Amino acid sequence: MGYKLSLRIWRGDHFRGELGDYVVDVEEGEVVLDAIHRLQATQAGDLAVRWNCKAGKCGSCSAEINGRPRLMCMTRLADFEESETITVTPMRAFPVIRDLVTDVSYNYEKARQLPSFAPTPRDADGKRRMMQVDVERGQEFRKCIECFLCQDTCHVVRDHDDNKKAFAGPRFFLRYAELDMHPLDTNDRRKLAQDAAGLGMCNITKCCTEVCPEGIKITDNAIIPMKERVVDRKYDPVTWLGSKIFTRGDRGSREEVRPREEA
Amino acid sequence: MTGSHVVTDENANSQAPMAGRHPMTGNRMTDEVTADGHGFEEHHYDVVVIGAGGAGLRAAIAAHDAGARVAIVCKSLLGKAHTVMAEGGIAAAMGNVYADDNWRVHYRDTMRGGKMLNNWRMAQLHAQEAPERVLELEEWGALFDRTDDGLISQRDFGGHRFARLAHVGDRTGLEMIRTLQQRAVELGIDVFMECTVTQIFKDGERVSGAFAYWRESGRFIVFHSPSVVLATGGIGKSYQVTSNSWEYTGDGHALALHTGASLINMEFVQFHPTGMVWPPSVKGILVTESVRGDGGVLRNAEGKRFMFDYIPEFFKSETADTEEEADRWYDDKTNNRRPPELLPRDEVARAINSETKAGRGSPHGGVFLDIASRRSAELIRRRLPSMYHQFKELADVDITAEPMEVGPTCHYVMGGVEVDPDTAVSIVPGLYAAGEVAGGMHGSNRLGGNSLSDLLVFGRRAGLNAAYSATRFGVEPPRVSDTQVREAAAHALAPFSVGGGENPYTIQRDLQDIMQRLVGIIRTADELSESLGQIEELKRRAEGLTVEGHRQYNPGWHLALDLVNMLTVSECIAKAALERQESRGGHTRDDFAATDDFWGQRNLVLTQGAAGRVELNHQPLPVMPDELKSLFEAK
Amino acid sequence: MSTGILGPKRADIDAKTMRQDRWWLPPLTTFLVFTAFVIYATWRAFAGEHYYASPYLSPFYSPCLSDSCVEGSSDFGQPFSWWQLSPALLILIFPLGFRMTCYYYRKAYYRAFWLSPPACAVAEPHKGYSGENRLPLILQNIHRYFWYAAVVVGGILTFDTVLAFRDEDGDWGHMGLGTVILLINIALIWLYTLSCHSCRHVVGGRLRHFSKHPIRYWLWTQVSKLNQKHAQYAWLSLFSVAIADFYIYLLSTGQFDDPRFF
Repeated sequence: MGYKLSLRIWRGDHFRGELGDYVVDVEEGEVVLDAIHRLQATQAGDLAVRWNCKAGKCGSCSAEINGRPRLMCMTRLADFEESETITVTPMRAFPVIRDLVTDVSYNYEKARQLPSFAPTPRDADGKRRMMQVDVERGQEFRKCIECFLCQDTCHVVRDHDDNKKAFAGPRFFLRYAELDMHPLDTNDRRKLAQDAAGLGMCNITKCCTEVCPEGIKITDNAIIPMKERVVDRKYDPVTWLGSKIFTRGDRGSREEVRPREEA
Repeated sequence: MTGSHVVTDENANSQAPMAGRHPMTGNRMTDEVTADGHGFEEHHYDVVVIGAGGAGLRAAIAAHDAGARVAIVCKSLLGKAHTVMAEGGIAAAMGNVYADDNWRVHYRDTMRGGKMLNNWRMAQLHAQEAPERVLELEEWGALFDRTDDGLISQRDFGGHRFARLAHVGDRTGLEMIRTLQQRAVELGIDVFMECTVTQIFKDGERVSGAFAYWRESGRFIVFHSPSVVLATGGIGKSYQVTSNSWEYTGDGHALALHTGASLINMEFVQFHPTGMVWPPSVKGILVTESVRGDGGVLRNAEGKRFMFDYIPEFFKSETADTEEEADRWYDDKTNNRRPPELLPRDEVARAINSETKAGRGSPHGGVFLDIASRRSAELIRRRLPSMYHQFKELADVDITAEPMEVGPTCHYVMGGVEVDPDTAVSIVPGLYAAGEVAGGMHGSNRLGGNSLSDLLVFGRRAGLNAAYSATRFGVEPPRVSDTQVREAAAHALAPFSVGGGENPYTIQRDLQDIMQRLVGIIRTADELSESLGQIEELKRRAEGLTVEGHRQYNPGWHLALDLVNMLTVSECIAKAALERQESRGGHTRDDFAATDDFWGQRNLVLTQGAAGRVELNHQPLPVMPDELKSLFEAK
Repeated sequence: MSTGILGPKRADIDAKTMRQDRWWLPPLTTFLVFTAFVIYATWRAFAGEHYYASPYLSPFYSPCLSDSCVEGSSDFGQPFSWWQLSPALLILIFPLGFRMTCYYYRKAYYRAFWLSPPACAVAEPHKGYSGENRLPLILQNIHRYFWYAAVVVGGILTFDTVLAFRDEDGDWGHMGLGTVILLINIALIWLYTLSCHSCRHVVGGRLRHFSKHPIRYWLWTQVSKLNQKHAQYAWLSLFSVAIADFYIYLLSTGQFDDPRFF
């Protein structure tokens, strides 16, 4: 059942690098990461690759396979012809460290800038109550495994380094949306999402949704609803006026937050 | 920084702690790279937490809250730790679903699940504090599934009398780690990602710091810190079929041992009854117990629900003996007993093992786990979304239409660093341990769901006490000497200079093979003795490891260093397993099949002797106070 | 390009994309179809004739509000009597604006016309990029006002469709192929209009507590289901509008006779 797989793997660091050709034995039912591991164990002991769970749950083994951002552990060899050469390169939106490992610190920086959850006080019995229908939208976004493939594929930063400063990226728009939809949060991050996080930069071309290994509908369920919420706050005079007159609407009394200080 | 009572090295406060490095990830920001990664970075903290899973993050948050300057050091990126793999839920007697549930019931379940070998005080603290720890997560943004009243929903799990596991679908671990990660980031705790600790320093008897290297550059770091919290997780990577990731190389166990701390209960390794068995590349990946909690049953090749044949005397009174009663239990827990599929994990794993050995297994050497014929496709997809996804993507199996094939997989080590139950300190002052790396809490077998709650309860306790302990040093904290640092560096670089030609990957594979074959679910004296001999042989081979390439992000080198820990821990397991001549929980001896009261009164304690050899001693089990004992007599 | 995937520090790969599939096919198709539609619609909108074949009124010209409207085509009067150009130009701004600012169409034309990006993980050719932050693209934010207008337009086209059940003499009980075409068209127009992201937001998406607003939650759930097919409805309704108009053009120019069912 096994066969010899041709692999082209990008090897190098951030000075230079090139695609190297390898042939490795693979078995039925294996994924790209298995092939990489076998290569590592038998031919290239120093091949740098990130991985952890090998079950699509941790989001470590992100790379680009035949040019498409994928998790290596969730890309089955059966999806390719046996004679086909599979090309694996590191994520191209981030600075490369070595081989398939990239410096994803951009994402951690953005996480840090996001004002965190600030809930209302607990109920009298020390517990909190939220209804299932009210948490479901947020739960979808919290499925995110932080593989950063959406950040990798997003042309706003992939093709324009200078945008990284002012653009949080799809992964964090998920977070903004999650918090804005949270039934107990007391912060209003809509203006911040537009101004500091760069929601307006997104031109909803949906590549983030296409690559999400968790199948989160990033664009339809998080980014566009968040854009609409920003419109409520910034661009729709009628809704804005309404919120000033009827202050006890469904949003409750939320406080507009400022960006977190740079540490 | 709050907590001005914590006095640290003034010099450290004034300099930027991570100059030239990214403040969050610790990744290098300058272009300058040298192959030999010259020099050392030095950092001063009150508390250094090793590991960024549930326990490590919770410890860091607690230490920060207590006013300490904290660093988290972790081998992977932040948020990737093995906690994300936990699926089922967090066991906590909140009583949201069954008002009768309380900490005493949870305590009793935990002790019985561990075959009474648990440290009674840890089990008590755990049961008492878990509910508040769960509510705390919600405070920090976790979105648990809800009951109809809007409270945190709780689900059934093996060994728990009541539905007790707070959960989010079947990805509770992910929710927990993300919540704690976001909290730690909000508090501004320094995180050293992709950074491996190779040694813990002592000044006299007291911890004084740690030695580490950046995986990215191979550059060394010296941490000066009077408190170190181990939260490194388990040892599963020493086995061939495991649900654990590459990180689980027993680093914390080995570090503790080398630092002078003791390990207990190392013979108890939990094999989760349901791991995937096919295709080969995913063998061992976990299939959550929630499948059974939500109605899934185990069948052999003949289609028989074989678990009814494996109900042990100890659990007879609370386990259903007919399929009808078992099926009624899901809806009416008061008048029916639990299905045998929900016996503690050790029982189920052994049963599956027996079925496959008797030739009644599935085509790929497991048994069938069937939920498709028992629950609607819609319910399965809603309650078990990531299981559905996992089987669909990796095995091309639709679990709403066909049964899964499952078999035991190495999942968890009950043994670990011996700690004081209340403070989580080991016998070495300043060295703390929490989570899987700590021992005692789960006795001989851990109940599902008790791991996540363990991480939170004892992570917090370890963090608080590590911070308090650090405050006891004024301007004279324990010191790391230059000699210690030089020796640590030389030790870490040894694989580059030794020319034995041994490949670390090959030795790792051989070790996994030995542990799987000889120190697996069912053990015998002969095989255990043989394993000890073979481990000794591997240790000898490991001295001749050769690593190619240079220090920059070199997995071969990293493995060479981790391998030493794996060998140490494997030896501990095999040694303790050979000594304990009975079967109990996660330790089953073919030659001593019964549980023995003599062994039920003692823990096996491992330490490192003067010549670097592992020494084993017996230690009486701490005696449970009478008011807790009465909980077991009443039934 | 000094930044982006060819910039320093990124993995040293020359190709703008490593994709080996025919990634250029979808944007090319979109480009060709949209261009064809724009050419056709421009011709028809400026033509100012052959838009009415009793009882059918072309959706491009509904409502017909100026003096020049042919007899029988103005069901809402002729308030813009001073308008000299084609009457279509008075009202087309609303459906056009709705579609131009639509979240789906934006995706489609940013990819196909502006190549920003042409496809996922394919480098875009532009040096700079500022998204929808400045004029004119910041106007995309008024999509919901176009949606309000689109609901009105939908109502008018529904009225037209009802009128298509009359015959040339204004007697009820008629159904021709034109009636069927208008029926299909209006159904698709409504599916497209109601599946709109702004609609989804307005009916319930903006809420934080679905549990306190069960009716709006139900509405949101229904719109959410439609919304998943918004792109399909966008395409289908684009074709149906053009087909309806072209059919009426054929009738009006006498090149075709409307088959009658009753």
